[in-house]
Amino acid sequence: MELLGLYYYWVFAILLMIGLYAVIVKLNLIKKLIGLSLFQAAVFLLYITMGKLEGGTAPIVTDANANGLFSNPLPQVLILTAIVVGISTMALGLGIVIRIKEEYGTIEEDEIQEIDK
Amino acid sequence: MTVIFGFFLLTLLLITAVAIVQSQNLFVSVMLSGMFSLLLAVNFFLLDAADVALTEAAVGAGISTVLLLSALAITAKHEKAPSSSRVGALIIVIIATLVLIYATLGNPQFADPNAPVHQHVAPWYLDKTAEAIDIPNVVTAVLGSFRGYDTLGEVFVVFTAGIGVLFLLGTQPGPFAQSNPFKLTDPKGLRHYLIPRVVGRMLIPFILLFGLYVQFHGEYGPGGGFQAGALIAAAIILFALLEGENSALKVIPRSVLIGLIAGGALLYGVVGLFGIFLGSNFLDYSVLSSNPVKGQQMGLLIIEAGVGITVTGVLLSIFHAFAARGKF
Amino acid sequence: MTAFHSHLPVLQVIVPMLTAPLVILLNQKRLPWIVATAASLCAFAIAVTLAMSVMAGQTIQYSLGAWPAPWGIELAVDAFSALMLLVVTGASSVALLAGAQSLDKDIEHHRQPLFYAAWLLALSGLAGILVTADAFNIFVFMEISSLASYVLISGGPDKRALPAVFKYLVMGTIGATFYLIGVGLIYMMTGTLNLADMAFRIEDVADQTPILLAAGFITIGLALKAAIFPLHIWLPNAYTYAPNMVTVFLAACATKVAIYVLLRFDFFVFQPNLVGHDFQFTFFLLPLSLLAILVGSSVAIFEPKLKRLMAWSSVAQIGYITLGASLLSVSGTTASVLHIFNHSLAKGALFLVMACLGMRIAQLRIDNIAGIAQKMPWTMAAFVLAGLSLIGVPGTAGFISKWYLITASFESGAMGIALVVIILISSLMAVVYIWRIVESAYFRQPEEDLVITEAPIPLLLMTWVVVLMNVYFGFAPGVPIELATGAAELLHGQTP
Repeated sequence: MELLGLYYYWVFAILLMIGLYAVIVKLNLIKKLIGLSLFQAAVFLLYITMGKLEGGTAPIVTDANANGLFSNPLPQVLILTAIVVGISTMALGLGIVIRIKEEYGTIEEDEIQEIDK
Repeated sequence: MTVIFGFFLLTLLLITAVAIVQSQNLFVSVMLSGMFSLLLAVNFFLLDAADVALTEAAVGAGISTVLLLSALAITAKHEKAPSSSRVGALIIVIIATLVLIYATLGNPQFADPNAPVHQHVAPWYLDKTAEAIDIPNVVTAVLGSFRGYDTLGEVFVVFTAGIGVLFLLGTQPGPFAQSNPFKLTDPKGLRHYLIPRVVGRMLIPFILLFGLYVQFHGEYGPGGGFQAGALIAAAIILFALLEGENSALKVIPRSVLIGLIAGGALLYGVVGLFGIFLGSNFLDYSVLSSNPVKGQQMGLLIIEAGVGITVTGVLLSIFHAFAARGKF
Repeated sequence: MTAFHSHLPVLQVIVPMLTAPLVILLNQKRLPWIVATAASLCAFAIAVTLAMSVMAGQTIQYSLGAWPAPWGIELAVDAFSALMLLVVTGASSVALLAGAQSLDKDIEHHRQPLFYAAWLLALSGLAGILVTADAFNIFVFMEISSLASYVLISGGPDKRALPAVFKYLVMGTIGATFYLIGVGLIYMMTGTLNLADMAFRIEDVADQTPILLAAGFITIGLALKAAIFPLHIWLPNAYTYAPNMVTVFLAACATKVAIYVLLRFDFFVFQPNLVGHDFQFTFFLLPLSLLAILVGSSVAIFEPKLKRLMAWSSVAQIGYITLGASLLSVSGTTASVLHIFNHSLAKGALFLVMACLGMRIAQLRIDNIAGIAQKMPWTMAAFVLAGLSLIGVPGTAGFISKWYLITASFESGAMGIALVVIILISSLMAVVYIWRIVESAYFRQPEEDLVITEAPIPLLLMTWVVVLMNVYFGFAPGVPIELATGAAELLHGQTP
């Protein structure tokens, strides 16, 4: 269990950097946005991992389990917000990419820079 | 058993992520990122985050895949082959990963009840929800009431994205509309394809029903306005794909969509303002009724409805804006 | 304090925020502009009232939903946030009042309701960051203001606005996500999101790796948002290709709000608790500030495009602001906060002049404005005065903050002289790039007969209002100095 906990954090770190790598290295603008969403997904995992409680269940308190243990609701709330922020950014980014395609005829960063010279 | 399953899922997550970045076929990348979201949702479920899992599945695997595919239909299906090697960036990223992994060794032990996360603020929410709001789902209580101001902000983030896309793309067909060989939505829809049509038509009512259930059941089980908005929007998008975009616009015209976007956000804000008018603070729902607990429940119900309305409106507007650009 | 008074902190945010959905429903010709301007002026009036309450010594706090902090979200206004609120709401109001004609030129009529709604959301997002006392709430409002700014910038008439705004979107999102990671790590170690509570509880765990990692993530993330050198690369193009009025608004305040959060986090949460953090802060920030000042000014000297020249000058000016903070003294931080205020005045006025020129000239390049002072004497006179303030000539607002900065540098010990020399050199560089424009406008002959007239009256009027404020606050800097000193004392933990 302890090893699994560490593994969660490692996966967070690796995912974060895979996403960042895609954002930095990829020239295709849509690929950059996909990388950005991986990057954000890593953060979701970090928050949710820290909220887990040994032997806990989802924080829905009914009469049947009123004395039980519950995982932390707060990180879950924060990540609900963050997921929505993520999709909003993605939608706006895609809108910009579509306009770039219409104006420049390409969505590869190097070709756009070539046209702008 | 859960431990092995956890390891397996996380490893699968990493493999998918690498495949997403590696694939030069953007279509494959998008489909894989849909899978990635589903895997992530299962992980969240294992970590007791039912609400987050539902949202990630609806938003990550559903809506964001649809939006990405619409964008691909207009822009490009393939990524250009990389021109130069990227060893330098790779090395930096690997070093940063190792530093991060080293730093996480100092994290509190996983799922430890004595970790600071479980000590300070969290138990208060668990206790106070039963007393002050009296609904089972603590996540909904924190989201809607204790931290309702964050959620108001979140609705306005969605609102901003919606008006941003409308501002950028408008509702007119773009210059690529004429020449574009990939049609996002056929004006006649998929009417000639029997199987998608029959199966899709059967699914739509159930998705809508499930959306409404998620909307109004958010206080008792996982769910709420965001998830419901995403689900209802998904049902209507499916309808648009099957019957043609224009049929969907006949059901809900653009002017109504704008009304939904503005109305939902305003509904949330006005409920908050009632707190001020009735002599308490902004977003205090207790004063909405003579019984504070009933007032809280009423407030939560209304703001969740506001959230659901705005999210549905924004997602549909964005879809139509993208679709109008790709029309021939 | 009356009942209504106590709601001002939240009204500061929700007045523009809730007006935005109303604005998109309006489609008569001038109505969206009128409503947006009214909401912005209303926000400015609230900011003035809050600043007066703060100066009268009141502490202003507000619990949302009537839930007590740290469980609920708390708002708090002190001297620092009051001053920043004045800058943000003032810049928005001036730009809107001045900008109706200029924005008509850049934004088609049927897109205007959406544009003004985005404007109000940017304003409300920036104000929301300034009033909140909750670390995660800062993230939410940061995203509102960022998404809204992307929309505003993408309205620029040049197609190059689009790649510029895409770059801004990617870098801005990385910055915000870094901040989110940092907040998450601190939450993991302390169990709280309220800033004051965080500062209190972080002491016990201050030496553990996750906290150090969090400090790194938050600093880098906010530095990206604040365009601190070398993370400024999104700024020049975004400011250059944005609609002229959007540049006036955002250049005056957007990056400065990120600096506000950075200073607040660093001085409140990290420096009192993390051993050696103050040294690291100086060690990283001081060289970067100096590089920003020198590189920004040098590029500005050789830049032919006017708005880009001004944007590079902003990179240098952000360097001054961070330089003051990196000295870690009350006088240094005072200079820093004061320069946020004064630079907003000077740069706001300069970008207003750019908007005046943009009304009459298609391509804003130094060669294209040759001899223009004959045709637009009032505009160019405003440029000269605002330029003097940017350089820091006595009698202008810019002088006051440079003077504070130089004084603080002298106090900082052995390296003080070197810092002063660099500040003077870069001021000379500012003389050079301002002079290049003046020289072209006043002393060169126009290539052909220019058939242009003076800028529209409302625009010119507001430009002069801001220019005269530069002069006024050069002679009577009492209010900003009082607020800035109050802010610096707060940041250094001295109760005034």
